[in-house]
Amino acid sequence: MSETLLALYVFVLACFIGYYVIWGVTPSLHTPLVALTNAISGIVVVGALLVAGLAEAGPVATGMGFVAVLIASINAFGGFLVTHRMLSMFKKKKK
Amino acid sequence: MDFTLTANQQAVAYLVSAVLFIFALKGLTHPATARRGNFLGMIGMALAIAATLLGAEVTSYGLIALAVLLGAPIGVFVAMRIKMTAMPQLVAALHSFVGMAAVLVAIGTFLNRRAAGTLDAVLMGEISAGIVIGAITFTGSVIAFAKLQGIMSGAPIKFPGQHALNAAIAVATLLLAVHFAMTGSLWSLILMTLLAFVLGGTLIIPIGGADMPVIISMLNSYSGWAAAATGFTLHNNLLIIVGALVGFSGAILSYIMCRAMNRSIINVVFGGFGTGEGGESSAGAQAAEKGVKSASVEDAVYWMEDAGKVIVIPGYGMAVAQAQHALKELMELLEARGVEVKFAIHPVAGRMPGHMNVLLAEADIPYEHVLEMDEINPEFASTDVALVVGANDVVNPAAKTDKSSPIYGMPILEAGKARQVYFLKRSMRPGYSGVDNLLFYQENTSLVFGDAKDTIEGMVNVLKGGGH
Repeated sequence: MSETLLALYVFVLACFIGYYVIWGVTPSLHTPLVALTNAISGIVVVGALLVAGLAEAGPVATGMGFVAVLIASINAFGGFLVTHRMLSMFKKKKK
Repeated sequence: MDFTLTANQQAVAYLVSAVLFIFALKGLTHPATARRGNFLGMIGMALAIAATLLGAEVTSYGLIALAVLLGAPIGVFVAMRIKMTAMPQLVAALHSFVGMAAVLVAIGTFLNRRAAGTLDAVLMGEISAGIVIGAITFTGSVIAFAKLQGIMSGAPIKFPGQHALNAAIAVATLLLAVHFAMTGSLWSLILMTLLAFVLGGTLIIPIGGADMPVIISMLNSYSGWAAAATGFTLHNNLLIIVGALVGFSGAILSYIMCRAMNRSIINVVFGGFGTGEGGESSAGAQAAEKGVKSASVEDAVYWMEDAGKVIVIPGYGMAVAQAQHALKELMELLEARGVEVKFAIHPVAGRMPGHMNVLLAEADIPYEHVLEMDEINPEFASTDVALVVGANDVVNPAAKTDKSSPIYGMPILEAGKARQVYFLKRSMRPGYSGVDNLLFYQENTSLVFGDAKDTIEGMVNVLKGGGH
C-alpha cells in the first residue's frame, strides 16, 4: 500500500469518528465547538514548523514558514483561550 | 539539540495527541465536561508541537521561537479582550489564518522539496489541494469577517452570470492544478493560487448576512479540509485526523443550520436570500402599521409579573442591543415573584451556531433555563407571556401556514401559542428574510417599540418600583 493510500485510510476513518463525536455535541455549545475546532485546526502549526525549521530551506520558503508559524500560533493560543473563556461562563444554577 | 525523537516516537506522540483532540471534542457533549475537554485539547496541541520540535526534521529554531513569541501574545491578547457579541468576527478571522497557514505551508513545502529534488505528481496534486482549499478558506473568511464587522454590507452581492463566472474560475483553477501536478510549473502554481483566492471571495459575496451561521459553519469545515490537505502533503497523520474531525464538525453544523431554515446547502450557497423582495414587503409593513397593537412597558410588566411562566425568545437584535445583562436582571426579579422564566433558542438565532447561548451564559443565566427549539415548543401552549427580544423570522407563523412565503417550511418557535406575545422592536422593519411577520397581527400580540436594552431596563425599573 502506498503512503498516500495509507493516509487516505486514516482520513476516511477519522471522518467517521468526527461524524459520531460531533453529533453528540449539545447545541448550546455550538459556538464553543466552532471556537475549539478552530483552535485545534491550529495544528497546521506542525506543518509550519516543518517548513520553517528546515535548516537548508531557501529564504522564500523560510519566510513563508515563519509567517505560517506566526499566524498558526495566534490561532492555537487565541482559539483555546477564547474557548476557555466562553466555557467558563456556562454555569449551573446557583444553589 | 542533542535530544532527538525517532520517527516512531514522534508518531506515537502524534497518536496520543490525536486521541486527546477527540476527547476534547467529546467533552463538549455537556457543559459540565466541556472545560476539561478544552484542557485536553491544549495538552494535545502542546504535545504535538513538542514532538515536532524534537523531531529530526526541525533543525533550526531561531525563527520559530521568534514567530511563536510574536504570535502567542497576540492570540492571548485578542482572546482575553474580545467581546462575546464579536465572537462571529473573531472566528471568521481565525478561520482565515488557518487557510493562509495552509497555503504558506503548501507552497513552502513545494519550494523545499523542489530544492531537494523530491517532487512527484502525487505530492504536487496534494500540494495543489492544500493551496486551493486554503486559499478559498482565506478569502472566504476575510469576506465573512468584513460582512460581520460591518466593513462590507451584509447584503448579498449578485450580478448576472455570477454562477457561470464562478464555475469558470473553478474549472480554470482545476486545470491549472492538473497542469502543475504534471509539469511542476511554477507559473501554474502561482496562477492557480491567485485564482483560488479570487474564488474564495466570489463564492461568499452572494450569500446574505442572515445566512451567516451557515457561512461560519462552512468556513469552519473548509479550514478543517485545508488542514487535512496539508496533512496529505506532509504525510502527517495527525494533521489528517484533526482536519477530518474539524471538517466534519463544520459540515455537520452547516447541515444543522440549513435544516433549521428548511433550506438546502445548495440553496444557501447560490440563493442570496434576504433582500430581494424589498418593495413588496415594505408595502406589507406599511399596511401592517394599522393592524398591529403597540403596548407600553408597563402593560408588558403587568402581564409578566402575575404570570406562571414567561418564555424569552432572543434573536440577533438582543446581541446588537447588548440586552442580555438586563434580561438576566428581569429574570431574577420575575423569579423572585414566583414566575418561571425560560429562554427559547432557535438554531439559527444570531450570527453563528449557538451565538445566543454564549451571550446568555455571559450574562450569568444558568444553562438549565436555556432550551432548544424542540424541547421548548410544547411548552408555549401553557405559557402566559412570550417575550420576543430582537428575533423575528424564527417566530413567524407564515413558515407554517403560508405556502407562498419564502420561509415556508422553516421550523419555528411557536411563540404565537402563548397567551400573550410581546415583541420588543425598534421599528416595523421585517426580519432578514424580508418577509412580513404574521405574528404581529395576531389577537394576542403587542409590540413594544424601542431599543431592546432600554425597554428591558424600563421593565426592570417598573418591577423594582413595585407598582404600575
